Amino acid sequence: MKDVELNNIVKTYNKGEIKAVNDVSFSVDKGELFGLIGADGAGKSSIFRILTTLLLPDSGTASVNGADVIKDYKLIRKNVGYMPGKFSLYQDLSVAENLNFFATVFNTTVSENYDLIKEIYIQLEPFKNRRAGKLSGGMKQKLALCCALIHRPTVLFLDEPTTGVDVVSRKEFWEMLKGLKQQGITILVSTPYMDEATLCERIALIQNGRLMTIDTPDNIVKQFPDSLYAVRADNMSKLQHILRNNQQIKSCFSFGDYHHITFQDDIAYSQNELIQTLQSANLKDIEIKHITPSIEDCFINLMN
Amino acid sequence: MKRFISFVKKEFYHVFRDDKTLLMLFGMPIVLILLFGFAVTNEIKNAQIVVCDYAKDPASQEIINKLSVNKSFHLKKALLNHSQIEEEFKKENIKLAIVFPTNFNEDLLHLNKAQIQIIADASDPNTATTLINRATAIIMDYQKQLTLNSNLPYNINPEIRMLYNPELKGATNFVPGIMALVLLLVCVLMTAVSIVREKENGTMEVLLVSPFNPFLVIISKALPFLILSLINLAIILVLSVTLLDTPIKGSILLLVAESTLLIICALSLGLLISNNTKSQQTAMLLSMMGMMLPTMLFTGFMFPLENMPVPLQVIANIFPSKWYYIIIKSIMIKGLGFSAIWKETLILLGTTALLLILSLKTFKKRLE
Repeated sequence: MKDVELNNIVKTYNKGEIKAVNDVSFSVDKGELFGLIGADGAGKSSIFRILTTLLLPDSGTASVNGADVIKDYKLIRKNVGYMPGKFSLYQDLSVAENLNFFATVFNTTVSENYDLIKEIYIQLEPFKNRRAGKLSGGMKQKLALCCALIHRPTVLFLDEPTTGVDVVSRKEFWEMLKGLKQQGITILVSTPYMDEATLCERIALIQNGRLMTIDTPDNIVKQFPDSLYAVRADNMSKLQHILRNNQQIKSCFSFGDYHHITFQDDIAYSQNELIQTLQSANLKDIEIKHITPSIEDCFINLMN
Repeated sequence: MKRFISFVKKEFYHVFRDDKTLLMLFGMPIVLILLFGFAVTNEIKNAQIVVCDYAKDPASQEIINKLSVNKSFHLKKALLNHSQIEEEFKKENIKLAIVFPTNFNEDLLHLNKAQIQIIADASDPNTATTLINRATAIIMDYQKQLTLNSNLPYNINPEIRMLYNPELKGATNFVPGIMALVLLLVCVLMTAVSIVREKENGTMEVLLVSPFNPFLVIISKALPFLILSLINLAIILVLSVTLLDTPIKGSILLLVAESTLLIICALSLGLLISNNTKSQQTAMLLSMMGMMLPTMLFTGFMFPLENMPVPLQVIANIFPSKWYYIIIKSIMIKGLGFSAIWKETLILLGTTALLLILSLKTFKKRLE
């Protein structure tokens, strides 16, 4: 049983001038933790808004819980939880007031579904009388998550929930999502952070409104076509210049402290030859090593 | 129902936790009433005058006395020579000069005819006319006293009565105007801004993706402002009755009912604005510019509508404030009942219905 399904969804803005979502199709299984990975402006939020019935697609069909996003929008609005990209609770209401308000809006009470949000809410409890606007970024996200969960949704849509949140809170947030998944809630999450991709069961990489690939993070890494090497030297910009102009190098991207490269022909042109070339160019402290590609490497590779 | 109450409660939290909103809501009517009551007024009090009395006889003294005790005038100086008059006009803030010729009393008693010269500063024509009318009235009054004692034939006494506002108080005119202005501004602005704020903050997105009926969102937004506006109305009425001595001659119930109609009209307009704007600034600007100026211009409480060119008079009919102003004046000052204002009420009702339908029609249950 598929909980979320999209078929050839197209969405344009400004009367067709801007193509935000371009022929996107994918489906999410019941109870799955599915990630939509892409940079800002890739079309993630548009997809979320179409699925949460906030936007109408130009063409294509989509359904959530088997309900059509256009025809049965009322049904979907009853059953899903949605956390928009921007923090969207009432800043001038306290933590408890926000939670109670959203509980009543969804025709339920906090106590009714307390077990679902308990683990998250416990961390917020000490600040329950503080205004939401005065919470830290991580706390705000937790509160927003509580509010989105308060009616025990079948599908949870989280649009960039970890953007602007510190590293520790991000880790905690993903732990919570794992817990929720165990409760049987289908979770669709979008993020621009590639390192978070591996925390999802399946991911879709999206760029300029188009899906580039959909698979498990492991499979995506396995499908990386070449051997990947990380290269470092004392003068990184000079190194990059040399690498980019070398006919034997297929691709070169700076990646933290290293440049990640792939060779045109891995056998004929060995690592040693490269080291010699670099040494003759007066570069020192040269380090080259074979590495397993990350999702980001795959993303960059797919982009080209 | 529980949802509805919880929503209304939330709206009240928003209002009471925001100092700016509170100031706007309750500060504005008080400031406007006080401003128009005491500072910005077209009533003339204590206009400075000078007299040049060549006669110095009982008649001239009596008239000067009468002038100086009148609230409208303040006797600044008695001049010795009329050549000083123009100098005084230039130098001091003199509005009126009165010159009595020599033998004033004698001419009056023996020739049955005497002359007084009244010179006014007509750079402000309205003030000049008003002051001359009042001065003339005082002189006529004196003349009447004289004729009581003699028995001259053929005497025409025009008897003038200032209906509804015998003291010619400005407040009587502008309190209904202020009521229209404040209720319209507050309601339109507050509703528009509060809905657009939800859009800006993204909370509207969350509310839309919920089983909550969008129409209920609107109604629960409007209700708190209806209540707050009625409180506002009470403040204005209390202030005008206690501080400005404005009467409420008609039925208060009718007054409140008609005001509620205007408030609902304003709320609908606010909704309409919020449906078509995306930022709080735009909403604020639209409601301020769209409401403030037309209400001031086309209500008739600052500038008489009758004096405007016909096209503008026609335009004025569109604005609900005009009709509300007529209604409130009729109730408060003339003490008339519903039978006298049913036509205006009907127009107001029609406008309200139109705006309400339009705003509900344009309410978006999605983001676009």
